[in-house]
Amino acid sequence: MILSRKNRIMIFLVAVVLVFAARLFYIQVLNDSFKSDANNNSTVHMAVYPTRGLIYDRHGNILVENKTCWNLMVTPAEVEPFDTARLADILGVERSFIEEKMAWYRKYRTRIGYRSVEFIHQMESADYLRFAEVAYQFPGFHGEAHSVRKYPVNAGGNLLGYVSEVDAPYIKKHPEYKSGDYVGRAGIEASMEHVLKGEKGNRIYYRNSRNKIVGSYLDGRMDTDAVPGKDVTTTIDRDLQVYGQQLMAGKIGSIVAIEPSTGEILALVSAPCLDVEKLDNMGKYYKEIASDPLKPMFNRAVQASYPPGSVFKLVGGLIGLQEGTLKPWYEYPCHQGYWYAPGKKVGCHAHRSPLDFEEAIMMSCNSYFCYVFKDIIENPAYPNVQAAFDRWREYVLSFGFGQKLGTDFPYELGGNIPTSDRYDRIYGKRGWKAHTIISLSIGQGEIGCTPMHLANLAAIMANRGYYYTPHIIKGTREIPIDERFTRRNYTLVDTSAFNVAVHGMWRAVNSGWGEGGTATIASVPGLDICGKTGTAQNPHGADNSVFICFAPKDNPRIAVAAYVEHGTWGATWAAPIASLMIEKYLAGEISENRKWLEKKMFEGDLISGLQYNQ
Amino acid sequence: MSKDPSSFSSKLERLDIVLVLLYLALVVFGWMNVYSAVHIQEISAFSFELRSGKQLLWIGLSLVTALCMVGFIPHRFYETLAVPIYLLSLMLLVAVLLVGTSVNGSHSWIVLGPVSFQPAEIVKISTALLLAKAMSAYGFDLKKRSHFLRTCGIILLPIALILMENETGCALVLLGFIIPLYREGLSGWYIVLAFTIVLLFILTLTISPLIAILISVFVGTLSCEYNEGSVIRWCYTTLPAILAVTVWVFVHDKVLEPGTTAAAILKPANIMIAGGAVGVFFYIRRLLRNLNPFRLFSLGAILLCIVFSLSVNFIFNHALQEHQRQRIEVLLGMKEDVSGAGYNLHQSLIAIGSGGLNGKGFLHGTQTTYGFVPEQATDFIFCTVGEEWGFLGSLFIIGLYLALMTRIISSADKCRDNFTRIYGYCVAACLMMHFMINIGMTIGLMPVIGIPLPLVSYGGSSLLAFSVLIFIFIVLESDERKFFAGKASQR
Repeated sequence: MILSRKNRIMIFLVAVVLVFAARLFYIQVLNDSFKSDANNNSTVHMAVYPTRGLIYDRHGNILVENKTCWNLMVTPAEVEPFDTARLADILGVERSFIEEKMAWYRKYRTRIGYRSVEFIHQMESADYLRFAEVAYQFPGFHGEAHSVRKYPVNAGGNLLGYVSEVDAPYIKKHPEYKSGDYVGRAGIEASMEHVLKGEKGNRIYYRNSRNKIVGSYLDGRMDTDAVPGKDVTTTIDRDLQVYGQQLMAGKIGSIVAIEPSTGEILALVSAPCLDVEKLDNMGKYYKEIASDPLKPMFNRAVQASYPPGSVFKLVGGLIGLQEGTLKPWYEYPCHQGYWYAPGKKVGCHAHRSPLDFEEAIMMSCNSYFCYVFKDIIENPAYPNVQAAFDRWREYVLSFGFGQKLGTDFPYELGGNIPTSDRYDRIYGKRGWKAHTIISLSIGQGEIGCTPMHLANLAAIMANRGYYYTPHIIKGTREIPIDERFTRRNYTLVDTSAFNVAVHGMWRAVNSGWGEGGTATIASVPGLDICGKTGTAQNPHGADNSVFICFAPKDNPRIAVAAYVEHGTWGATWAAPIASLMIEKYLAGEISENRKWLEKKMFEGDLISGLQYNQ
Repeated sequence: MSKDPSSFSSKLERLDIVLVLLYLALVVFGWMNVYSAVHIQEISAFSFELRSGKQLLWIGLSLVTALCMVGFIPHRFYETLAVPIYLLSLMLLVAVLLVGTSVNGSHSWIVLGPVSFQPAEIVKISTALLLAKAMSAYGFDLKKRSHFLRTCGIILLPIALILMENETGCALVLLGFIIPLYREGLSGWYIVLAFTIVLLFILTLTISPLIAILISVFVGTLSCEYNEGSVIRWCYTTLPAILAVTVWVFVHDKVLEPGTTAAAILKPANIMIAGGAVGVFFYIRRLLRNLNPFRLFSLGAILLCIVFSLSVNFIFNHALQEHQRQRIEVLLGMKEDVSGAGYNLHQSLIAIGSGGLNGKGFLHGTQTTYGFVPEQATDFIFCTVGEEWGFLGSLFIIGLYLALMTRIISSADKCRDNFTRIYGYCVAACLMMHFMINIGMTIGLMPVIGIPLPLVSYGGSSLLAFSVLIFIFIVLESDERKFFAGKASQR
């Protein structure tokens, strides 16, 4: 039988229809898997958010905990006419706020459909409960509880970080997060996110075609509970941290306190401080904080690069001792400065002359360390200046400078120690010698470090030659810390060389009035504080005030670096502040005869006088 | 016979009432489903805020246009003006390339104030008209090369322009005009070839190019021997060879230790090249003995298929665009990606599958209400049908289409006027392609290609274009009935 072409086309058409019908019969009638999938779709999966882990200080005091907040939600499709004035009264909002919101919902009702939208963000529990009592009178409105951070004391705004809802770019980078999840941003919240966050749970409900929940799916057998996040213990001493923040009020700069025998950070203050009040609702304050010219978000303790100033003399002197170009009994003259070319000098303050090494540290003589530096860089044992300088640089790096220390802080800055190549490029291969770069000897010039580096130097002096990498998370059995934090890092300078320098530091603080010690203001009887002042030039105004110290001299328990921008002399602000920190930590209280100093520090204001022309 | 045959009422009487009713049934049922897909409590179905309200406006416009066509446009208008209409539509296609607006990644829309339309919709009509005119011309013979090439040109020119606009769906629909060509005498082997190429494309991507080549050899040689009436001989010569190589492809790595020299020499590709060389030798020898154009053609086709199979991966990875590639991958199950490119398909299957035998009832679909299915009022409207009306409702709508298309084909076939007949087949071909691709994609038998379900999907310009397309045929066909005025009433 030969079919006409018309009939062949017809047969083809009927065949297609039969295939479609068979396929439809299969997916609609025979196969159940699509129906169970459809059940999934007409069920609602609701995430149960875990409570975030708490953050403790080293003594078990709470730094960060959780509280319950409520988002007031509204399903515009279910709202019935209500008394706007009454609702405004209960919620404590303007009547116009409610009217505007309702008008907006009406305008976009096609887009909203049966969904719920947020009416008021983050209501305090007390406010919400007032509404909850009468909620039945306002169909369509309901509250959704969620947990936000709470800070019992104003401690460590900068180091704790904050928690905020994930945004689209973040989800793109971290697909394991879903819209509506919260994530730690900055500080400890970010670095310990994996521990703190816990695991989300899941509740499944049935809903009808009006998006209303009608019951629990399989009586909740498929539901999973949220696993709360684990708590994190920090090395911070809460009281010391709070005290440091009080001392730094009205100033720009930072304080870092380290326990030398472990590398644990006891306090880390960056001023101006970020107020913890603003952390729990970062979204609201973000603009205000980000536009502050004093940049409170900027963690100066680990992110600001400063010249170290005279405290760097310790490093220069120790290198000289190790290289043999300096002996502790060498004396150099100083007549208000170091003349390295006709008409050119590195100035110095008035003190007696000549001095030996210990006294040079005690009195912070600039000339002395210029001689020391010249002898290191122009040491005939090396073939040229470059080789000697490279060796000098190796020593400096072994003190932790010029590189990231490897703390457990996100966004740590490495600082800068120049290389011989850099000077070759600037001055030419034969164009420079010790005098060209003489300012390095007193911690000025092409050198940058963070207050963390300086605190680490204080810890090295305290330990007489080694340091533990500073860290802020205290290792526990559950959450062990990296092995690198428990390893001693020795400098390239022999530990025996440190005693003379430490004694110089002790004399700088404890030599008594009139002896020429630069930091006698920091002296606290019985605590044996050893310290070194610094005064670093600041091109934007008055010099920066720097002080590093540790105490007691034997078996030190705390090492502190304080850096106060525009604080003029090291002894003016930094030394009192650092010594008060030590006194607070070791003695627990400030002695009566130093109360005046504490008051002066609390009230000192170095910000109002500043002109910011950004 | 007292009535004036040119009066409006007699024109109305002559219309194929069954066809008009089928058209109306689809439009009304379509509108209900569009409403269901977009409905929102408290907003009236007729409000212009909703798509259902706008669609109603377009339905009205389409009906008015249809009535005007029946009442005022002389039936010869279309044939006479086929060429200018075609040229005009091509100009619109070029214009859209220059000034068009992109919607959903296809650069094919012209926006005029509140109205936006796709010139590609008009091209379906104009190409059908010109095709009908060219092929109904006196002395036209598809077997003449010049005529054949001219016909191909009419179809391929707009296809090329549409492809430049990134509207794969529309281009595929125009390819459907191979059906009227077939009806008018084009060799069925072209269709076999076209299907083979599609099959090869799929097989190469899912299984391996080797199997695809074997299939093409299988189809090519079988059709060649079938054409010469020597299928039996084929069964004991070529078939065993093909089967042997096929088995070898699957077992070679189990028989021979991989990595050995023997395995390297005897790998399937080499065996096939050797076998192919022998085969081609015999083939050419027989070809020289008896120069048979079909044999030459089939040999060419096989070689073409082999080249095609080997280049499929290249085409797939380089010529296709990312979204097309993803859709094919999902359809062929090469990638299980429920929330990505496969999302549309997966949600569509869930919606249809959950309808069951009877459906959830009008306006009671859960999948449709929450907007799980994307493009639910337009390209995926069949999901709403499947979910709310169930298997029975789906059968009903498929049945309506089958009735519409077979009615058009059978009445076209009876037409004395070649123009009307060919045009009718073109209309049927257009509907068939849309029907196959659209429903095929929603039930997972075709890749997701965004073209609407004729008369049912939301979309004003599409509805209007299909109404015009179908009513041109209805008008032409009613004119045909003038000749059978007496019988027409009995029919």
